Amino acid sequence: MLSKTILLVIVLAPLFGALVAGLLRNQVGRKGAAGVTIAGVLLSCALSFHVLYQLVWGGATTFNENLYTWFQVGSFGAHVGFLVDRLTAMMMVVVTFVSLMVHVYTIGYMADDDGFQRFFSYIALFTFSMLMLVMSNNFLQLFFGWEAVGLVSYLLIGFWFKRPSAIFANMKAFLVNRVGDFGFLLGIAGVLFWFGSLDYSQVFGATASDVALTRTVEIFAGHPWHVATIVCVCLFVGAMGKSAQVPLHVWLPDSMEGPTPISALIHAATMVTAGIFMVARMSPLFELSETALSFVLVIGATTALFTGLIGIVQNDIKRVVAYSTLSQLGYMTVALGVSAYAGGVYHLMTHAFFKALLFLGAGSVIVAMHHEQDMRYMGGLRKYMPITWITMWLGSLALAGAPGFAGFFSKDAIIEAVGESHRWGSGYAYFCVMAGVFVTALYSFRLLYKTFHGKERFVVDAHHHGHGHHDDHHDDHGHQEPGHLAHAPHESPWVITLPLVLLAIPSVVIGWFTVGPMLFGGWFGGAIRVSQEEGRDVLGEIGKEFHDPLHMVLHGFTQAPFWIAFAGFAVATWIWLFNPGVTERFKSALRPLYTMLNNKYWVDELYQAVFARGGIALGRGLWKGGDAGLIDGVAVNGSAALVDRVSATVRWLQSGYLYHYAFAMILGLIALLGGVWWVNHLAP
Amino acid sequence: MHLPHLLSLLIWLPMLGAIAVLAFGRQANTARWLALATTVATFLLSIPLWMDYLPAIPGMQFVEKLAWIPALNANYALGVDGIAIALIVLTTFTSVLVILGAWGPIEERVSQYMAAMLALEGLLVGVFAATDALLFYVFFEGMLIPMFILIGIWGGPRRVYATLKFFIYTFLGSIFMLVGLIYLHVKTGEFSLDAFAHASLGAKEQAWLFFAFLIAFAIKVPMWPVHTWLPDAHVEAPTGGSVILAAIMLKVGGYGFVRFSLPITPDASQEYAWVVIAMSLIAVVYIGYVALVQEDMKKLVAYSSIAHMGFVTLGIFVALALVRVNANPVGARLAIQGAMVQMISHGFVSGAMFSCIGVMYDRLHTRMIKDYGGIVNVMPWFAAFMVLFAMANCGLPGTSGFVGEFMVILAAFQDSPLIAAVAAFTLIIGAAYTLWLVKRVVFGEVGNDKVAKMKDLDAREWIVLGAFAAGVLAVGVYPKPLTDLMEPAVQQLVQQLSLAKT
Repeated sequence: MLSKTILLVIVLAPLFGALVAGLLRNQVGRKGAAGVTIAGVLLSCALSFHVLYQLVWGGATTFNENLYTWFQVGSFGAHVGFLVDRLTAMMMVVVTFVSLMVHVYTIGYMADDDGFQRFFSYIALFTFSMLMLVMSNNFLQLFFGWEAVGLVSYLLIGFWFKRPSAIFANMKAFLVNRVGDFGFLLGIAGVLFWFGSLDYSQVFGATASDVALTRTVEIFAGHPWHVATIVCVCLFVGAMGKSAQVPLHVWLPDSMEGPTPISALIHAATMVTAGIFMVARMSPLFELSETALSFVLVIGATTALFTGLIGIVQNDIKRVVAYSTLSQLGYMTVALGVSAYAGGVYHLMTHAFFKALLFLGAGSVIVAMHHEQDMRYMGGLRKYMPITWITMWLGSLALAGAPGFAGFFSKDAIIEAVGESHRWGSGYAYFCVMAGVFVTALYSFRLLYKTFHGKERFVVDAHHHGHGHHDDHHDDHGHQEPGHLAHAPHESPWVITLPLVLLAIPSVVIGWFTVGPMLFGGWFGGAIRVSQEEGRDVLGEIGKEFHDPLHMVLHGFTQAPFWIAFAGFAVATWIWLFNPGVTERFKSALRPLYTMLNNKYWVDELYQAVFARGGIALGRGLWKGGDAGLIDGVAVNGSAALVDRVSATVRWLQSGYLYHYAFAMILGLIALLGGVWWVNHLAP
Repeated sequence: MHLPHLLSLLIWLPMLGAIAVLAFGRQANTARWLALATTVATFLLSIPLWMDYLPAIPGMQFVEKLAWIPALNANYALGVDGIAIALIVLTTFTSVLVILGAWGPIEERVSQYMAAMLALEGLLVGVFAATDALLFYVFFEGMLIPMFILIGIWGGPRRVYATLKFFIYTFLGSIFMLVGLIYLHVKTGEFSLDAFAHASLGAKEQAWLFFAFLIAFAIKVPMWPVHTWLPDAHVEAPTGGSVILAAIMLKVGGYGFVRFSLPITPDASQEYAWVVIAMSLIAVVYIGYVALVQEDMKKLVAYSSIAHMGFVTLGIFVALALVRVNANPVGARLAIQGAMVQMISHGFVSGAMFSCIGVMYDRLHTRMIKDYGGIVNVMPWFAAFMVLFAMANCGLPGTSGFVGEFMVILAAFQDSPLIAAVAAFTLIIGAAYTLWLVKRVVFGEVGNDKVAKMKDLDAREWIVLGAFAAGVLAVGVYPKPLTDLMEPAVQQLVQQLSLAKT
């Protein structure tokens, strides 16, 4: 039996830390802020492991209880409450563990920053919000967590609020997410209307009945749609915003303006996977709509391949990892689209470890390079920072899906599941995820080679003190001479390397322990529901072939994905390790392709022109034309002017001359008499 | 159980305070302290209203009745239900903060300013407490006078244009209402709102009355397209005037729809609900775009007020379709609750936003966005408050701004998903204009030398913004006490609506 108190402590401990570090930042100081938030998250993390243990080995049953009623209108009650099953517990462990690593790492990374306490306050607040999201037992609280993580993401992307690029990026992130939320909120409204409640248990219970399956509604006359399709597509639009799926992916690369620890925590490991978690949680709903799942599948596949391609041409080390994140989120979404929810969530977990590792590793490099992020000025760093180098290799191997590493188990399962599926769009998706494997290997090893191997492309200039260690973070984009360092790069302090090592361990080994139960063993129990119709449960089909992880690894060596990844590795090695000069030749030979990728398919430009400038032009038109022109100009001031004119005319009559009045009197008398005569004699 | 004549006390105590301030407030500080004491006392007295209200008993409570003009059968009749109580407490709460907010900035004719504010408070409480239509009308028109004075004397450079526009616009609307009330008086021989609600009215009579009320209340709310007085009034008004105008006076319009239009002309309201719904949706989208391009912060927040008030009218009139066409009384209650919560929330949020602008204006004496930038560097506490209120303005869950909009969108979806979709557009456009404002004003490098010299909040400003923040968060985190307070009144109204009058 899970204790409500423990669950409350898990959620509130980080919130307490956030409030203390944020509101009393001057009183508690740097050490106090770091101490209180780390203690809170450590407590959360330990208790989360305890909860997971209880659920898996301790015989505890699913916890589902309301904490308090948010409001009650008639029979409709909105609540705040927790639903903790294995899916939730897994998310709790991932969130609090990565968060803890990032907290520790931050001590080193943000050591010289003025906003030290504020940063700790934000990341602890984020942990609270994310826990509220994953532990929710209803759609309302889910939306609360959803928006709260969005808020913290907004605050953290704009953490260095003096940088114009940062405060543009955070606004962009919030607004693009709001486009997703627009769909999400309508989806929630649909859930309430058609399923009669916002509580998961009731909604998912209602889906068991045939009502949801057969009911259609005509939003536009003559086009009946299944309610399940409408609801699921709307909800997924929310996931597209948060999990940065095409075409709402544009905010994630820009979010790299934030400090690196939050890129690891929020924009790789946890927040961006909220959409994946949400769809997996809603699996009973999504299973009702083949159309919605095909939509999910196609969007995910497109994201997986086409954002990965952009990663190949990026020079900013963080942006490479960011595009890689987009692509991997696409893989997770593809898994959801073929009803392999467990596969999507499993990839979410392995990805959380190795992608957090890669981001934190990139951050370690950035610190060593005195906040230089451009890989064109790196190279040969392996001898300066061996721990970072090795852990980054391990993370990249996991990402590329080298057999035996964590990413192999999850990604291979997704690819096989897509191959197994017959859903509309699965052919396209299969091509995308296969091609994506090559792309993943290409950009991953390119990053490693350009950063750690080959010749040093920076100059250590001991006499040049302009870019000392205590460089203001706010100006780190403003290097006068890129590639000039005041002193040689060196390995980061232990608070940075320890999290790297602790994240590298699961990145390498976690697959061996977990793949059997979590992917094929029905580990999630009732949390994930897959229709048992013929050919729908693709993971179940694959599971029949699965014996143990070792066989899966050995089998992996004979399969296409491995050889495709190997080809990517080989090409990357040939180009960036041995023939770096050849890239220029490629660039000129494939000029149109390169230009397209380098401009990210011009999506940003398109949005900027249509939505940003278009919106402002429309607003100005409505303001000047509608408000000032028609309403005020014609109607309001027009009436005033009319009154003015009429009174001016009437005033002219009041001339003050006696003979005018007398004349008017005579005219009036004639008119009156004439009128009387007319009425008496001529009118019928 | 409670003080006798509590409602009268809440109306007349501020009025007496106004007279006292005029009489004894020759010293600016005396006037300030006297005004503060009056508003604090009024606020404290209004709390028992909430505490002693008995939700189980239907109808009006704290009832008072005195013959006023026997020849017309008009009475000094007061009484409140949950909706009115929420608005009265909002009024007394905001009044305290407005007096505090005016402490430093108002230096000219302090006693007169304070007196006008106090009189306004009394009149506003009167509007929400009156159960006699003629008495309501007197308070309704009466509150124009102190506001007219506030804008006209302490206002900005174009104050004459703004006051005239404000006065004539709103006065024009209420004339139509007066005609409607006289007609109802002729019909029933009384002025009691209860009698009006029970009068049997034909379809044509209802239609005429409905539009008479619509003009009056739509201007007050204000709804598109009769909203253009509001940005001008706000821009010229002193901070306190703007706060009261946005936080309380606009609510009188929404309150009017609930007290007059729905109970007196339910059938016409249903027939023409589409007109109001269309106007509300235009308010959300059209006004959202107009707000986006404003260069004056006060104008931006004024337009944002119009867009947010669109949810109030939307909720009220969606309820009619829900209860009558779709036979969905729970949905209708959700819609009206949403509208009422939105009124209270908007009181906090708009009051806070205008107070924030006031804090900046007191330092730099400009409202133009381009004159600011990077305030967070010099005023971190202020920036934290401003971002919080901006988030509430975007309807972020956890703040009050979310609750009402969420309820109205949920309810609107039950009538028509398309209406809900247009209304939900506020999620995007509302965030766009608010966050763009924040980006340009709060974030970035310090904009100029003047900004660099700005000082962070003093204790008095801290209290004002802190109190608003407490309200925003309390309603956002735990709205149940508020919805419980209003639930019986809402339920009764929906029940009343389900019965046709003709």
